[in-house]
Amino acid sequence: MTVPIFELRDVTYRYHEVTALDGLNLTIMPGERVSLLGANGSGKSTLLSILDGLCFPEKGSIAFQGEPLTDDRLGGEVEFDFRRKVALVFQNPDVLLFNPTVFDEVAFGPLQMQWPKERILLRVNEMLDQMEIAHLKDRSPHHLSTGEKKRVALASVLILDPDVLLLDEPTAALDPKSESQMIDFLVSCSGGRKTVVTATHDIDLVEDIADTCHVFQRGRIVATGAPSVILNDHALLLSTNLIHAHRHAHAPGDLHSHPHRHGHRH
Amino acid sequence: MKPNAKNSRGVVERTLASIVDALEHAFYAEELTKTNGLLQRIDPRVKIVALLPLVVIAALARKLWVIVALFVVAVAVATLSNVPLRTLAKRVWLGVLTFSGVISLPALFLTPGRTLYTLPLLGWIVTAQGLRAALYLIMRAETAATFSVLLVLCTPWSNLLKALRVLRVPIVLVVVLGMTYRYIFLLLRSAHDMFRSRKSRMVGRLDGREQRRAATASVGVLMSKTLQLSGDVYLAMRSRGFQGEVHVLDEFRTGWFDWIMSAVFVTVAALALWFGR
Repeated sequence: MTVPIFELRDVTYRYHEVTALDGLNLTIMPGERVSLLGANGSGKSTLLSILDGLCFPEKGSIAFQGEPLTDDRLGGEVEFDFRRKVALVFQNPDVLLFNPTVFDEVAFGPLQMQWPKERILLRVNEMLDQMEIAHLKDRSPHHLSTGEKKRVALASVLILDPDVLLLDEPTAALDPKSESQMIDFLVSCSGGRKTVVTATHDIDLVEDIADTCHVFQRGRIVATGAPSVILNDHALLLSTNLIHAHRHAHAPGDLHSHPHRHGHRH
Repeated sequence: MKPNAKNSRGVVERTLASIVDALEHAFYAEELTKTNGLLQRIDPRVKIVALLPLVVIAALARKLWVIVALFVVAVAVATLSNVPLRTLAKRVWLGVLTFSGVISLPALFLTPGRTLYTLPLLGWIVTAQGLRAALYLIMRAETAATFSVLLVLCTPWSNLLKALRVLRVPIVLVVVLGMTYRYIFLLLRSAHDMFRSRKSRMVGRLDGREQRRAATASVGVLMSKTLQLSGDVYLAMRSRGFQGEVHVLDEFRTGWFDWIMSAVFVTVAALALWFGR
């Protein structure tokens, strides 16, 4: 029987008085592409931090590859191994870019993993080429556009070739071209051996990047299913603030209002 | 856009102007490091080893002509490194002159010695020895500051930090310096946006008390944002394998030009040390 990558049981997490996750149960299998859908403040980012071992549940348990993931267990060699396997791309790329140059940024992870120098130089240059950011390698990250920052942040995480990729709002604040490039990348992860967990409130993204959707509301999963099922449940999307109604026209003089999605498919 | 100082509305716009000025200066400094000047072509490690002794010798030399000679060397190096003298005058010499001038002012009148000039009305006496002491202080400060600023202006900050690390400067200090430089920009942008937003909603002029209250509130918000950011950055570092010890990549290569320039600077330093003792 395949051991789940992550298994969460009755997980609760609070920020002081605010409950971010409330008795959450979730199982993620190896190679699965999961989308965490929910409006702002529904608990998606907190869940990603817990999956990345950056914070730990106040109540309940989390297991990674069948082993408990706790603050006490993470440390030394165990943490080393965990960090190599699981990587998180934060929503705000400025948080992830703390090195003086793009090259140093991408090399940071391998350096902490104590890869040999020759391997680091080779892999960093390959990764910069792959992400089409080689021309930025000597630039300071703070001088880059948001799209470029996101690509550097992704490169700095992908270079470790993690088994599990956690993405927090990967297309937020991107211009259309950068957004399209990011979606192409996420789609390219399909069929691979990577487990990809994407937190987003952009429902037009979901069908391309996920096999399973979990819809969040106030720290709980209120629905789970295939994207085609979830995205056709308008009542669910409306009640979880993922779609809204506003006045629009399909033809001149046809001004009306009803809940609908944006985006298009060919 | 830089706000017009003549139409100043007080602390809000002055702060905005300072922030924009700091950003412009930082961008200018990075452009200068990419030019093909003398210092820009030297290995950062050699630059640190060559220029820092000159800073120390300029501060300790006992002969005025030696300090002046070092100052002339600094100006020549600046010219060969494409650093406009106007920039140095505006950003370094004027500030240092003001600061060291104020400090050395009492020495003009309090140092006993041969009378050079008596101030009308006040009757205070400027002595030759006092003037000499003031000149020493000002020239030492100007020369040392010029060498230091040349090092920073002609070296990308990232290379300077790496060179410090390679030269065995404690890693904690290097990492803190690097992150301070990195996040000062985010903080400046945040402050810039905050003050612009305040300005866009302001009508009329705030009185002194309101200005102080606005400034205090802004500092509080910035402090809160900084704490949040520092926490998030730590988590991001941990997420990528940071466990308290930072490892850096040493990619520097020293060529014949570096060795020649190193020899030149060491010779200048040795001569200054010998004649300035």
